[in-house]
Amino acid sequence: MNNKHWTLKTDQNNICWLTIDKQGASTNVLSPDVMEELHNKLTEIAAIKPLALIIRSGKKNGFVAGADISEFEKLNTPEEAFPMVRQGQQIMDQVEQLPFTTIALINGFALGGGLELALACDYRIMTDNTKATLGLPEVKLGLNPGFGGTVRTPQLIGAPAAMDMMLTGRNIRPRAAKRMGLVDQIVPDRHLEKAASMMAMNPPPKKSRPLKFKLMDSLPGRKILANVLRKQVAKKANKNHYPAPYAMIDLWEKFGGDPKAMYEAEAHSISRLMCTPASRSLVRVFGLQNTLKGAGGKTSHQFKHVHVIGAGVMGGDIAAWCAYRGMTVSLQDREAKYIAPAIKRAQKLFLKKTRNPVKASLIMDRLIPDVNGDSVGRADVVIEAIYENVEAKKALYASLEPKMKQGAILATNTSSIKLEDISNELSDPNRLIGLHFFNPVALMPLVEVIGTETTNALDLEKGMAFTRKIERLPLACKSSPGFVVNRVLTPYMNEAFFIAKEGVPLIEIDKAATDFGMPMGPIELADTVGLDVAAHVGKILSDAYGIELPDGIDDMLEKKHLGKKTGQGFYKYDKQGKPIKEKADNYKAPADLAERMIYQYLNEAVAVLHDGIVSNEEQLDAGMIFGTGFAPFRGGPLHYIRTFGANKIVTRLKEFESRYGSRFKAHVGWNAFVTSSDEEE
Amino acid sequence: MSKRNAYNNRPVYVVDGARTPFLKARGKPGLFSASELAVAAGRSLLARQSFTPEELDEVVIGCAMPSADEPNIGRLIALRLGAGDKTPGYTVMRNCASAMQAVDSAAKDIALGRSDLMLAGGTDAMSRAPVLFNDDMVNFLGDLARARKPLDKLKAMSGFRPGHLTPVIGIMKGLTDPLVNLNMGQTCEVIAHKFGITRAQMDEYAVRSHLRLANAYDEKYMDEVVPMYHQSKVLDEDDGLRRDSSVEKLAKLKPFFDRKVGMVTAANSSQITDGSALLLLASEEAVEKHGLNPLGRLVDTQWSGLKAAEMGLGPVYASTSLLQRNNLSLSDIDYWELNEAFAGQVLACLAAWEDDGFCQSELDLDKALGSIDPEKINIDGGAVSLGHPVGATGARLSLHALKVLQRTKQKYAIATLCIGGGLGGAMLLERV
Repeated sequence: MNNKHWTLKTDQNNICWLTIDKQGASTNVLSPDVMEELHNKLTEIAAIKPLALIIRSGKKNGFVAGADISEFEKLNTPEEAFPMVRQGQQIMDQVEQLPFTTIALINGFALGGGLELALACDYRIMTDNTKATLGLPEVKLGLNPGFGGTVRTPQLIGAPAAMDMMLTGRNIRPRAAKRMGLVDQIVPDRHLEKAASMMAMNPPPKKSRPLKFKLMDSLPGRKILANVLRKQVAKKANKNHYPAPYAMIDLWEKFGGDPKAMYEAEAHSISRLMCTPASRSLVRVFGLQNTLKGAGGKTSHQFKHVHVIGAGVMGGDIAAWCAYRGMTVSLQDREAKYIAPAIKRAQKLFLKKTRNPVKASLIMDRLIPDVNGDSVGRADVVIEAIYENVEAKKALYASLEPKMKQGAILATNTSSIKLEDISNELSDPNRLIGLHFFNPVALMPLVEVIGTETTNALDLEKGMAFTRKIERLPLACKSSPGFVVNRVLTPYMNEAFFIAKEGVPLIEIDKAATDFGMPMGPIELADTVGLDVAAHVGKILSDAYGIELPDGIDDMLEKKHLGKKTGQGFYKYDKQGKPIKEKADNYKAPADLAERMIYQYLNEAVAVLHDGIVSNEEQLDAGMIFGTGFAPFRGGPLHYIRTFGANKIVTRLKEFESRYGSRFKAHVGWNAFVTSSDEEE
Repeated sequence: MSKRNAYNNRPVYVVDGARTPFLKARGKPGLFSASELAVAAGRSLLARQSFTPEELDEVVIGCAMPSADEPNIGRLIALRLGAGDKTPGYTVMRNCASAMQAVDSAAKDIALGRSDLMLAGGTDAMSRAPVLFNDDMVNFLGDLARARKPLDKLKAMSGFRPGHLTPVIGIMKGLTDPLVNLNMGQTCEVIAHKFGITRAQMDEYAVRSHLRLANAYDEKYMDEVVPMYHQSKVLDEDDGLRRDSSVEKLAKLKPFFDRKVGMVTAANSSQITDGSALLLLASEEAVEKHGLNPLGRLVDTQWSGLKAAEMGLGPVYASTSLLQRNNLSLSDIDYWELNEAFAGQVLACLAAWEDDGFCQSELDLDKALGSIDPEKINIDGGAVSLGHPVGATGARLSLHALKVLQRTKQKYAIATLCIGGGLGGAMLLERV
């Protein structure tokens, strides 16, 4: 019998301590070999007849993160997946059936399959440390829990709470977990083993399930809950795009009263979901995220102090985010009154994030208004976020550079100016990098890290590392007009403007995009970004790439119809900042609306790849998903082209070119995607 | 009085300083806690230094009215300023001179050679001074907590009387001398009466304080004030300042302390305020090591005692001793910051120095010490216009005295204040 991943120890009280420490991995996952070994160990333990079994982790970062996602890709059909899932379920059953007390000792996260393993135990003890979380995040990969989670979670905490956990995939912190009954005890790290030992010697009585849980499990109860849940889910996720949450509701509705049947149904459901394009894409997105994370990961660079110049929406929010992520931040602007709104927003953010006024004020301590720029010399990272003006930026750098300390990064948040145009008067022009954040900074995970052909590699590396340190995803891009995200978005938004000019109701335009899977329609997006900003970027891209611009935007700018921020853009906005969308009843939208917009998007994405602005397809897909929310279930624009078929899209582009004009001319980059017709699937 | 100057052992430099705007208490807990005020001033002060907060040897903070959730606020502030686990911090309390005491304590450690780089000053959120249960209520709660059986609990509960809810207002206790049972304002009445100061003189002085402060802000002399932020508002001036103050308006106010018959009104008294002021002190070694450019040198400090009922004359006793020990005469001092606890109290101090009888009997001088030119004292306003957060004032006086010396390119200044309980404190500062 091998001891690769699990070690077993029996103490003087005849308590078995089974420790998982997956070999060659930084995080415990339930890969097939880990499961097989667990099965063997459980058989061994059953023979020992101990007083109790305590399952714990040998890794400091947490318990078990879930199943091994990389295994999923190898399973091509539901039929192939089913036996593996079923086997996993049976091992969990094996834990549950042990005739002595079983305790899961959760020293950090327990996610997905990890939590399901813990749920198969009689009791769960959890640490209260800041990284401790429980969750069933399978839905984020387009799946349902597959190791009995859909059965045991409602059993333990009642269907409403369990369904909420599974449908949102959200993380549950220790105190909430205790309140919900998901864990039996929370203790500080230092007491984990003692608490487990004490509980093993003297297990608390099991509470009977409350009547309300039982009522929920009845057929009428399930029908009512399922309908409510379907309505809630429909607000968040389109059934055609994201089948998993609907499958989970169906599963509960049909089998909620019958655990035995439900285990099998759960296994069938996840096996089926695993092979849907949506799940494949979401798994891909998960991988892309890890790729971006890895790019700036493991580093010895230290970033303690960040100095931000320009306390506008971007600068102010970047400063607040850095402070929230633990850095000391000085925020500079011409006068205190220009900093004040940023401080107000920061305070709101910290309160929202910490839900604790004391913790929020400790973060506020680190956000230092600095009108005179006294702290420049202290900073490891200096980020310029002033208005888009070449001369102003140059003058600023000239004053900053002599004050900066050795080895500090000088970064600009410019969205539209090329680094070359503003760095040439620096004593070392190759030190300037771009750190292009997106609005709102606290919600947008992507940062474009920009360099030219000659930018110092070390400065870029530091920029990537810094981006990771503040928990953002770095996308390395070459300096070029619009970089990646804005460049790809602009033709897409422009097309929406063209369509609007043709008289199509705005709501229909946005609906076509959201139906495709975009998080927000292009019209509303333009209003949110600000039409002045969008027009500015559009102008730069038009100059650089000859992108055709719709007219009429200038009129809106003149009237100060700049979008959400002025209360009027394409849409009018109410006092809460919500767009007032006029219904277009009886209107039949043209069939090619979505295609026109999306193909502009794809055409530009292909151009960006062709121009070598990013290093590969994965990077570009990741950028567009995390930078613009491009339909995650489609796996990214280039992945979509690959799966949908480039030839079909190019054919449509040609049709559109003759119908709507040269802006639809297929970029030469498509040659890398199209196949001769007989090869196409 | 010892003839020795403690700091002569090893010079003590004032490197830099900053304070918050002083924010008037308006009957409710103010926007910021005492530690938040100190952190606001301190982080900007530290951010412009060539050393990091971790390099501080210690943080010493005066605080006269700490809140229940800020125990040992000196250490708390050190940690919140990023001075790190290894930088110790403590809190001192000498009523109105708590910050001056903090500066003196820190300076002594430098002079002794124990420390080289110190952050010292004070902070108070007087608006957040505690409101307490009275003794009857505390006894009632104690009985209730001890009662175990339901009947006992009921019995204990029946002992409740509405009078139990009458609170003890911490700030009124803090501003009243417990031995002579005089409110600070009443001690001012005592000394004003002693030197024949009139209500009109007091009001006139108070108006001038406001006009001087307004002028100082307009002339951008108040650059030690670090703006604070609330919501999207910037608080960058002392908000008790009344630019439209006039003798006519002040004459309308009723006496506040000796009701009806007295002279001291709310308008010719210092304001109850929230605020913090901090100084960075350094030894000669630290100045050289970090390439610092000091504002000046802390030459000497003197503490003196007097009758509690006449505490307002404290500056006269302390400053006179300070001059004597350093062999200086009144005319050697180029500038004075004499805390305006009350307009009448400042005027009484000035009158005392001009009074032969007082100087002979109380200060053992041959005759009156002399007069101080009004243009050499409190020229940018004082506590009457800008407020008196008791824990912070001492540091504000020293800092602003040095700022004035810098501006006027003069040599010596004295920062001095009266202290409840019958004390005076004075600091001699020299521009370098």
